[in-house]
Amino acid sequence: MKKIALLLSAGALWAAVAPAETLINGAGATFPYPMYSKWFNEYKKIHPDIQINYQSRGSGAGIAQVTAGTIDFGASDGPMNDLQIKEFEDKHMGTTILHFPTVLGADVPTYNIPGVNVSLNFTAEALAGIFLGKITKWNDPELVKANPGVKLPSADIIVVHRADGSGTTYIWTDYLSKVSKEWETKVGRGTSVKWPVGLGGQGNEGVTGQIKQSPNSIGYVELIYALQNKMLYGKVKNPAGEFVQADLASVTAAAAGAAKAMPDDFRISITNAPGKTAYPVSSFTWLLIPAKIADPAKKKAIVDFLGWMLKDGQTMTEALSYAPLPKEVVAKETKAIAKIK
Amino acid sequence: MKTKLSFRRKAVNAVMLSITGIFTMLAVGLLFFILGYLFVQGGFSLNWNFFTKLPAPVGESGGGMANALLGSAKVLLLATCIGVPIGFLAGIYLAEYAPPAFASTVRFVTDLLNGVPSIVVGIFAYAIIVQGIRVGFSTLAGGVALGVMMIPIALRSTEEFLMAVPGSLREGAMALGATKSRTIATVVVPAAIRGLISGMMLNLARVAGETAPLLFTALGNQFWSPGWRQPTATLPAMIYEYAKAPYEDWHRQAWAAGFVLLTLVLLVNITARSIVARGFAHKSR
Amino acid sequence: MATATFPRARPARRASVFRRMFSADSLARAGVFLCATAILALTALLLWELWRNSALARARFGFNFLTSSNWDPVAGDFGALPYIFGTVVTSAVGLALAIPFGVGAAIFLAELAPAKLSDAMTFLIELLAAVPSVIFGLIGIFVLVPLLNRVVPGLKEAFGFLPIFSGPFYGVSLLSAGVVLSVMVAPYIISVSREVLLAVPRDMREAALALGATRWETTWHVVVPYARRGIMGSVFLALARALGETMAVTMVVGNTPQIAKSLLAPGYSIAAVIANEFAEATTDLHRSSLTELGLVLFGLTIVLNAAARLLILATGKRAGQ
Repeated sequence: MKKIALLLSAGALWAAVAPAETLINGAGATFPYPMYSKWFNEYKKIHPDIQINYQSRGSGAGIAQVTAGTIDFGASDGPMNDLQIKEFEDKHMGTTILHFPTVLGADVPTYNIPGVNVSLNFTAEALAGIFLGKITKWNDPELVKANPGVKLPSADIIVVHRADGSGTTYIWTDYLSKVSKEWETKVGRGTSVKWPVGLGGQGNEGVTGQIKQSPNSIGYVELIYALQNKMLYGKVKNPAGEFVQADLASVTAAAAGAAKAMPDDFRISITNAPGKTAYPVSSFTWLLIPAKIADPAKKKAIVDFLGWMLKDGQTMTEALSYAPLPKEVVAKETKAIAKIK
Repeated sequence: MKTKLSFRRKAVNAVMLSITGIFTMLAVGLLFFILGYLFVQGGFSLNWNFFTKLPAPVGESGGGMANALLGSAKVLLLATCIGVPIGFLAGIYLAEYAPPAFASTVRFVTDLLNGVPSIVVGIFAYAIIVQGIRVGFSTLAGGVALGVMMIPIALRSTEEFLMAVPGSLREGAMALGATKSRTIATVVVPAAIRGLISGMMLNLARVAGETAPLLFTALGNQFWSPGWRQPTATLPAMIYEYAKAPYEDWHRQAWAAGFVLLTLVLLVNITARSIVARGFAHKSR
Repeated sequence: MATATFPRARPARRASVFRRMFSADSLARAGVFLCATAILALTALLLWELWRNSALARARFGFNFLTSSNWDPVAGDFGALPYIFGTVVTSAVGLALAIPFGVGAAIFLAELAPAKLSDAMTFLIELLAAVPSVIFGLIGIFVLVPLLNRVVPGLKEAFGFLPIFSGPFYGVSLLSAGVVLSVMVAPYIISVSREVLLAVPRDMREAALALGATRWETTWHVVVPYARRGIMGSVFLALARALGETMAVTMVVGNTPQIAKSLLAPGYSIAAVIANEFAEATTDLHRSSLTELGLVLFGLTIVLNAAARLLILATGKRAGQ
């Protein structure tokens, strides 16, 4: 009995002593999760006293929780709209929230069709049709037309989308809204939309997992998830008329225009970007950082991390198939770090 | 005189009774199937890494669940420290002191609390601890959520086992001059101790596997979680996260974690029940 | 003659009021009383929090919340019907499978198996009830769904004309969730039904057997009807458990808010949508709607638990007559 009391008080003491480390918690997008988990692991190795814990829960959760103040920073691939920014400011006595782009990534249409071992071509009409539920079979003329020589089965298409609030969804629906009037009026863009058809998976991880297990399914995931799981993903037709596969070059090409036209708050959409080699469903992804951080140790840690991320961090992106930020954006961002008080 | 009817009735008899037997075998077999499947899928993935390493970055192999094991232990410890004392002491009140009307009220309200779906307890803990008192996602929030779930069972089992102690023991102690509280502490509770401990263990085993309340209270952590006010990884939450993901390495870890969790839960259950069984066997002598 | 000398009895003096109020005994009594009231306070707080946090949604939607099928976070319109539908259907499927299976096993354990074997098997089946939900989900995703993927085409060939088996099957579905739930709640039905059957007085059985009934006829036509209420009680308990089940359901139900006539279609349940959407509800209305869903679920389980308790009590009383 005495021993138990002793152990309990020791435990309570250990808990009460302030940790020497700086502990920062963030949550949000699953889109850049492989990159962030690598970065924060590496950063901890270099700075053992700074621990940045990142939980991938979806961009929606990132926005909601950073607004609620339960986490130190959020992450999202769909930039916060004006209403959401105002809500943040209302809850945090006037301080605003800042967007910091970290990497460039791409949403790819990944699929699992027994018998098909090549990368299919998808036109904008095809993708809109599939996700609207109007194209229901794999051997629909729209798909067959774009893929001569590929034997597409007459099976029903199983659409998989995100069940949770997702920046990946934002990117995908942003693209579909730009290429399909019907999509724009019927569904629109957002982190959480009313899907006309399909099954819901949790996170990029869940969608990838669901597609892997469902024959004749298709869904949209971030490029790295398709690559890491050795899944096929299609080429998408860009505004210039080319069928482009998502990779470092095509994603970087999509951001070329944005680099020069980047607004001060870094909120920009690069889907359906012009350029012959540009991949049309590319996007920046952002860290959502409050402009005012009360704890000086946390503020210093976050500011230092951002600096590291813009220099060393950018060298690690290609290994995970994310494209690094254009130089102009890095320069602009480095100056913007000073906005964090 | 053999009639057709009699043969048909005999046949129906034999068939239906066999079916019930088969159903029973299936039910028992399911348990062994689940245990066996987990062992085959996960038991072999159990290696030193699993118990000692932190999770590796997404897509890399070689990671483990050391932080989840510790996190679960901390959350459960906190839950026990919150749920058991309140339930136990309230159970004492119901069994020894309470006037019948009040006792019924408390029992009714406790049943109400017991019926709260676990996800709703999670919402409650989020509203009060994570947001309300601004602690944020933390071991504390997770411990409170699970602690609240432990209270009703702690109360019910305490009351049940204390009421089973014969009145003669109490009367004897009081006849010797002991005060009521002294009687309870030194005579009644020790007499019921087997049942009380067993009840506590079953209670613990039940919340050990709860995932839903931890989703938005403890959140998760890829590193160690120091203290009680930081988010922490827990075993059930990791199983859930890894199971939905597409990575084979994560699937293997999910099986291994499932095996560890199930083994612990079943061991605690079996131990708890054998404590009580042995106790009764002794009594009958 | 040795006489013991008794200490001189002093007249008893009542301790002062102060002493009596703060004596260890009354402090102890106050302490345990406080714990009991703490539970009342805690439950009240929980209900108040649920009520308060769902106020926005309740004011905005009223009863339409329960009848509308539109769940649209972008437009700010929330209707609970698909989730209520999914919760009820998955639980119904679960029970439809678990009841014959569970009552059958209970009959075997109560009537046929020798006492020691019955005890041992019941012990093992009760362990099944202790298996965590997330592990059922794990087995559900990796064992049940592939299994159903192989079995369902055959099922569709035989019964495809029935509306409940129409439409395509993706593996994750209302049916899959129902099957997982049936495995999870069967132990409750078995355990309680067995107790209730064992409580049926012997003379009823003996009377039937004396009249020439077979074992099965005795059980089915005499014992089970007698224990009917208690068995129904166990079913309600099982139902209450099934309704609140979160993890196992969300992992295999398909997470699609829709009302489908086919069991092979994916669906959603109240607990599952709360688990998936709560952390990310950006608007107060969204969060409030999810809290209201939690309140609805809680209400359902309260009613069922109360009904279960009454039914089991009713059988107990009857057996005692």
